[in-house]
Amino acid sequence: MKIKAIVTLKKSVLDPQGTVIQQTLDGMGFNNINNIRQGKFFEIDIDEKDQKKAEEKVEDMCKKLLANLVIEDYKIIESQ
Amino acid sequence: MNSSVIIFPGSNCDRDMDVALKKFGFKNKMVWHDEIELPKSDLVVLPGGFSYGDYLRCGSIASKSKIIKSIINFAKSGGLVLGICNGFQILIETELLPGTLLRNKYLEFICKNVFVKINNNENNYFKNIKKNTLEFHIAHNEGNYFCSDSQIKEINDNNQIALFYCNENGEINEKYNPNGSSKNIAGIFNKEKNILGMMPHPERMIDAYLSGEDGSIFFENLVNNLKQ
Repeated sequence: MKIKAIVTLKKSVLDPQGTVIQQTLDGMGFNNINNIRQGKFFEIDIDEKDQKKAEEKVEDMCKKLLANLVIEDYKIIESQ
Repeated sequence: MNSSVIIFPGSNCDRDMDVALKKFGFKNKMVWHDEIELPKSDLVVLPGGFSYGDYLRCGSIASKSKIIKSIINFAKSGGLVLGICNGFQILIETELLPGTLLRNKYLEFICKNVFVKINNNENNYFKNIKKNTLEFHIAHNEGNYFCSDSQIKEINDNNQIALFYCNENGEINEKYNPNGSSKNIAGIFNKEKNILGMMPHPERMIDAYLSGEDGSIFFENLVNNLKQ
């Protein structure tokens, strides 16, 4: 089973990299951007056929390693 | 006094720390991260560097190393654990210290001397120290200390702030904050004050000819406090 998860900075945390990307895009002529937040994407191929169980495992991975819950949120975006 | 310096793949201040500890009287051992047991130690140091190439988040992979369990046990039983720079990031990722270290506010790797003011003298690290303000060196990309407002209040109420960035006269002001850290925080303790994490490197300030001597003051004082 392949699970896709994203980790993003919480809204209350400043994202200076996102801001710089936005400013650069603005300089390139993409000047209708309101905001950019940068994050991480994980594609996890897990040896588990039961979708619920697989998602629970990935959630546990997010909590224990993939995300720093002080500043980041995680979300499972696709399972197949 | 026995000390242990933990080496992770990518640590690069481990030998400087070894030299500093030995210079001031510690019998130091270098401990590879894959070991399970700590040697008998009065002080454990997590040195600076780029453990695991800063993959995922600085310190996150090192915080799951085999040796970490025995460091947590050592710390929970009151042993002194000092984390410098990447070592501070590892202590944060192990959740032995609160909060987190974000990328520097202006996205620059900062490498320069700074002054820090000691905020709490009632611990083995700074008790009896001769100066209030010390000049140390910083070299980091992720040293911007951050935690929620309620956590800041908690660490403040528990007197857990160890060091503030300041000027040479000890004046704490946003002007002297190199990386955007909340409240100019350069180092923090756990509640019990046996664990200290700090971004500045005292081990780079142990030679008047090369750099400065405020690191000597720090280590000399630490070893004297441990002897008492």
